[in-house]
Amino acid sequence: MKKISLVSIIAVAAVALGACSSQPPAPEQKAAGVEDRSAIPVNNTPAVQPVVPAPLAEDSGLAVLKDPKSILSKRSVFFDYDSFVVKGEYQALLEAHGKFLVAHPALRVLIQGNADERGSREYNVALGQKRAEAVKKRLLVLGAKEDQVESVSLGKEKPRCSESAESCWAQNRRGDILYSGEF
Amino acid sequence: MRIRLLAALSLFLATALPAFAQLTIEITGAGANRLPLAVADFAGERIVSQAVTSVIRADLERSGLFRLVAPGTVALPETATPAYSEWKERGADALLAGSVNAAGEGRYETRFRLHDVQKQGVLGGLSFAHGAAQLRTTAHRISDFVYEKMTGERGIFSTRIAYVVKSNGRYELQVADADGMNSQAALVSREPIISPAWSPDGGKLAYVSFEAKKPIVYVHDLASGHRHVAANFKGSNSAPAWAPDGKKLALVLTKDGNSQLYLVNADGSGATRLASSAGIDTEPQFSPDGQSIYFTSDRGGSPQIYRIAATGGEAQRVTFEGSYNVTARLSPDGKSMAFIARNSLGRFQLALMDLATRQTQVLTDSAKDESPSFAPNGRSIIYATEIAGHGVLAAVSSDGRVKQKFSVQAADVREPAWAPFGK
Repeated sequence: MKKISLVSIIAVAAVALGACSSQPPAPEQKAAGVEDRSAIPVNNTPAVQPVVPAPLAEDSGLAVLKDPKSILSKRSVFFDYDSFVVKGEYQALLEAHGKFLVAHPALRVLIQGNADERGSREYNVALGQKRAEAVKKRLLVLGAKEDQVESVSLGKEKPRCSESAESCWAQNRRGDILYSGEF
Repeated sequence: MRIRLLAALSLFLATALPAFAQLTIEITGAGANRLPLAVADFAGERIVSQAVTSVIRADLERSGLFRLVAPGTVALPETATPAYSEWKERGADALLAGSVNAAGEGRYETRFRLHDVQKQGVLGGLSFAHGAAQLRTTAHRISDFVYEKMTGERGIFSTRIAYVVKSNGRYELQVADADGMNSQAALVSREPIISPAWSPDGGKLAYVSFEAKKPIVYVHDLASGHRHVAANFKGSNSAPAWAPDGKKLALVLTKDGNSQLYLVNADGSGATRLASSAGIDTEPQFSPDGQSIYFTSDRGGSPQIYRIAATGGEAQRVTFEGSYNVTARLSPDGKSMAFIARNSLGRFQLALMDLATRQTQVLTDSAKDESPSFAPNGRSIIYATEIAGHGVLAAVSSDGRVKQKFSVQAADVREPAWAPFGK
């Protein structure tokens, strides 16, 4: 709600700005000479008003989720090349998060899927989505409720590692679990 | 309180307004038979801050279709009869002459005439009334006139290009004139912005913004700065494409699992499923007649381009060569399709298919091409690529000859979208 009102204020501000910066349309003028045509008025290129997104709240109440001694602080699931299968090594991690969600039904998680840099941006959004969806399905099997888990994709837009090498790409083929307050 | 907040915000917006460094354009390949043209200095053009003729010359030169003949140092008004034989001797087939006249109260009148040197006659001319701020716009209009008279095709010098600039973890959706000048930020964000798409009337951009930590599709009115959410369903919302009537968007939602194609009204209402597959369907693009939608799907095992009627139904596969063909973009006449193909060496390159013959030509020799977009006259395609680790834009003519590079210093430029002709 807070975000919506801020956006509308920005929109109002943008309109106010637009009103100051735009110029009245040029009046038509008669030109003598060339081909007996009247002068064509040239207007300014239409102005472009910017929108600045509202910042998001950053606040997590549950310390255990960030405690490095707890498995719950581990949030990333890595995938093989061109694969969307959650590997066995992540079973304990996902079980811990699944149990935690069952124990805290008011908590929600956002699973952000990621892809490596190769290929089209939108196709990579779809690949990242498949990875996020695979993680979500495991959490649901482990008892989390559908309305607690949202799977989304960042495609190749937020690489953890930005070199063009397999070691780097492997870090970017990933699903991350974010809890309420972290997104 | 409200007023103070408004003032503070205005200030922030104002400081956010100056965009990154200008988009610079470099010509990296030219047409085979360039038309020899002389653009004489316009009489009186020194009264304004920037010579109209320097903008016209740069426009026509950049198109790769003209060879500019040295115009000499004497200004030539449109009213004079040129010494045709002299211009013929200099090698010009055509000659542009004109004048800039003060019309009082900061207004100007710019007139020109285009001469056929060979036939010793006038091809045409116009007169524009403008202020000092519309000098470049006036020059682009004159370039469009010259271009159309001499090539028979509409010029694109008065059009605009949208693109995304990334620098130091900051993303800006910018709109600039086709010559890279006059860039303005439409959206500034700490999170990525992808897939800008112009509404058919050129007034709005649909795009995907990750500012809420997930992809959401917005429709943004450029003149007012108002925007609204076109799709924010559970899951990812992405890949918006306008229907030619501007009333609907095809886009991708994941609310029922995998990435699938939907149609929504431009105001965000009435989402309906367009197609169903067990795999990924994404990157929809309407054909110019609005009858079909081209899209990328991995339903056959690898990402390939398919076509489906805009009303839904059975999808037909369009690409068969290679194991990765994505991002279909139709030419304005609907006869050809630009797309990105991965070759056997793993290079992603811009390709062009003649839809009638299925003949395909690879237009580039780069390795990381993406996001092609046709110029509204169909003559060239702008796309994103990488040079020495930097994101740049490049444009190539549909015959592969004329090439340009668009870059911004110390920043990555990507996601180009060429605006339609202004109405």
